[in-house]
Amino acid sequence: MNNTLDKIFSNSTKLIAIGILLLVAWIFTTLFQNSMTSIQTFGFDFITETKWAPNLEKFGALPAIYGSVVSTFLAMILAVPLAIGVAIFLSELAPVKMKAPVGVSIELLAAIPSVIYGMWGLFYFVPIVRETVGGIGISMLTAGIVLSIMILPFMAAVTRDAMDTTPDILKESAYALGGTKWDVIKDIVIPYAKAGIIGSFILALGRAIGETMAVTFVMGNVHNISLDLTAPATSIPVTLANEFTEADSDIYYSSLFELSLLLLIISFTIISVAKFYFLRRGRMA
Amino acid sequence: MTQTKKRIIINKIIMTLSALSALLGIGFLLWILTILVTNGLDALSLTIFTEEGSPPGYEDSGLKHALIGQLYIVSYATFFGVPLGVLAGTYLSEYAGKSKIAESVRDISDIMMSAPSIVIGAFVYAIVVAPMGHFSGWAGSIALTIIMLPIILRTTDDMLQLVPSTLREAAFALGAPKYKVIVQVVYRGAKAGILTGILLGVARVAGETAPLLFTSFNDNFLNTDMSEPMASLTVTMYNYATSPYEDWQKLGWAAAFILSMFILSLNILGRLFIMKKKGK
Repeated sequence: MNNTLDKIFSNSTKLIAIGILLLVAWIFTTLFQNSMTSIQTFGFDFITETKWAPNLEKFGALPAIYGSVVSTFLAMILAVPLAIGVAIFLSELAPVKMKAPVGVSIELLAAIPSVIYGMWGLFYFVPIVRETVGGIGISMLTAGIVLSIMILPFMAAVTRDAMDTTPDILKESAYALGGTKWDVIKDIVIPYAKAGIIGSFILALGRAIGETMAVTFVMGNVHNISLDLTAPATSIPVTLANEFTEADSDIYYSSLFELSLLLLIISFTIISVAKFYFLRRGRMA
Repeated sequence: MTQTKKRIIINKIIMTLSALSALLGIGFLLWILTILVTNGLDALSLTIFTEEGSPPGYEDSGLKHALIGQLYIVSYATFFGVPLGVLAGTYLSEYAGKSKIAESVRDISDIMMSAPSIVIGAFVYAIVVAPMGHFSGWAGSIALTIIMLPIILRTTDDMLQLVPSTLREAAFALGAPKYKVIVQVVYRGAKAGILTGILLGVARVAGETAPLLFTSFNDNFLNTDMSEPMASLTVTMYNYATSPYEDWQKLGWAAAFILSMFILSLNILGRLFIMKKKGK
């Protein structure tokens, strides 16, 4: 009796655990199968074609890919220095009494749903951009900035965690030699925590590139490649969010599925790089 | 200028810059929080909880439909996601250990935790919505279950591994079969940790919008039939906020406020459980 129950229990847990691997494989194959029509019709041109015209049944993903890359790049340029600043502040500079409350608040901010960052961006940040840099305010630049603020708490928290792994004894030895705080940070903390810090940046990049709601509000979903950052643009997730419920033909759906597949492959690659090269079983959540 | 002086000055400059960037970052975040709270409190009223959605311009409009829809979608996701996640985590920690298959499940789960949630929406659209022919609450719940699964799995795995093996050995010595040892001893020892994982998992999916856009879709009225399109707080928030009507936008802020408070309290509660555990 006990033996049978034991077998049932262990086998069902095993089944579910392996089910996770199958689920991921299923996600990839489903997206691939649903993209078949588009892949067969457009082939490799899908990625290089700049025209996205549903009415002409012509679909090119380049504007969306371009928008994803540029908005994420902007977000990273803005967020990385701020995140380093916050992390240095939290791990080395802040008085002990401030460390925990400020650190916890930052972590809690990372839990706020991204749709709220998007709403804030639309109502409060778009007007500011419109007045200061011109354009209609809904633009690539706005998307990059809102995205950078959205990933900042996550990035700062993981960077701080990485910095905090530096053993105190190493830092104290450096201080004893007469090092200033900056000397200790640049010669001890950063070299020691380098892998973790880079890993957390790449992980944040992986999250930012797949982020939908924070940018959907402020990007405009215009399939146009423009060097003007104040012009409306689109990205892969923004296109999906705006057009999935509107698609009216097989080829349209198929193209959207191919976009999803592209996005999944891109973020899987980025996150895997962060994980396998930099963060060995570190904190991912 | 001597070397030392130069180093001290550089130190001061960089420390000031770092404090400033911390201030700037925290300032932005405080700004968002203030806006959320002031707009939310301003829009909050009793009718929000008692009335369903109405066309713009009607005074008696509320979020009852979205609140109840959200409750349904997230509850079902929790109902599926928690047992599956806990059992899979149990396999990793108690049966598989460091085997190759366990390690790959862990790696894939870690990656899935950061994977774009909108892609999960597209997947569920293909396997549920398209065959059924229409959007449904079930589809939304399934999408959220998939997102929740790796979070619960990884925390369960971690938390079970923290249970001292002497506890297991003591139970085995009494002649208990393995499943009994796990259910009655190991789970109990890791209760607080598993609960925290569940709370964080629920908090995470409750804030998801992207995977619901084309699975559960939306409904401006109260619907409790999971096989029909269903409103959720997040999608309602998105639709109302992007509408040109001021009263709808206001409702959007109320939804944002309610949702954030819910998610923040789950997060704080989860932290308290873990802290209590550490204090012991």
